[in-house]
Amino acid sequence: MIQMLIRFLVGGALVSAFAVIGDLLKPKSFAGLFGAAPSVALATLALTVATEGASYAAIEARSMMAGAVAFFIYASFVSWILMHYRSKAFWVTLGAMPLWFAVAFGLWGIGLRS
Amino acid sequence: MRVGLNSSALGQAKWSQYALRFLFGGLITAAAGLVAKQYGPVVGGLLLAFPAIFPASATLIEKHEKEKKDNHGMSGAERGRQAASVDAAGAAMGSLGLLLFAVVVWQFLSVHRAWATLLWATAAWLVVSVFVWQIRKHAGIVRRRRHMGFGVDHAGRQ
Repeated sequence: MIQMLIRFLVGGALVSAFAVIGDLLKPKSFAGLFGAAPSVALATLALTVATEGASYAAIEARSMMAGAVAFFIYASFVSWILMHYRSKAFWVTLGAMPLWFAVAFGLWGIGLRS
Repeated sequence: MRVGLNSSALGQAKWSQYALRFLFGGLITAAAGLVAKQYGPVVGGLLLAFPAIFPASATLIEKHEKEKKDNHGMSGAERGRQAASVDAAGAAMGSLGLLLFAVVVWQFLSVHRAWATLLWATAAWLVVSVFVWQIRKHAGIVRRRRHMGFGVDHAGRQ
């Protein structure tokens, strides 16, 4: 329980820090880079190395590659939809979430499962 | 447009918006730990690149841009949507950096000091993201000049 609380606090702090940096930068497309900052990964991997060891964290990083590819496809799709259709950002970003899961778990099923 | 600081952005944001991002960031980090514990590091690792705060950030950007236009007596819905779209395009470029971050950690974490590996991986994320952003920006300039009928050499100069 204490470990989860530490994860929550460290993760929240790192995500907020990268978000503030992104808010402070312009133009918007450059600031957007920080929307894909490795904030959750830094918090998780640092804590995982401390508790489970480096090899365990390295396996997590290998899977993270699939998550990053899924993020690329998800964000590109969201950008295209918002540019071409009159939709609210909230609904598009939320509605496209299954795409992230499909790609990430699809890649996991193809190459990472074994 | 050159890269610069937009100090007014901090004034536009409310504390509740930062609290929301803190909450989502904390929850997804805790969830990644729980999933790894339950299903192993292979499944848990997927969540390290989950777009946890992306919907909140894109919605805030759309809202701020819309309000800016509305305050000037214009309809800001279109502008807000475009700003969110541009932000998402930036996140897509950043995710390519995120991919390299993962590769660096995967390859070097077991053989080098953890803090140094994470530092180098973060640097790799930043360098690749900025590099891709520069390429896209340059390609956009070249495309616009071609569209306007100007001659362009290989370096993108007129």
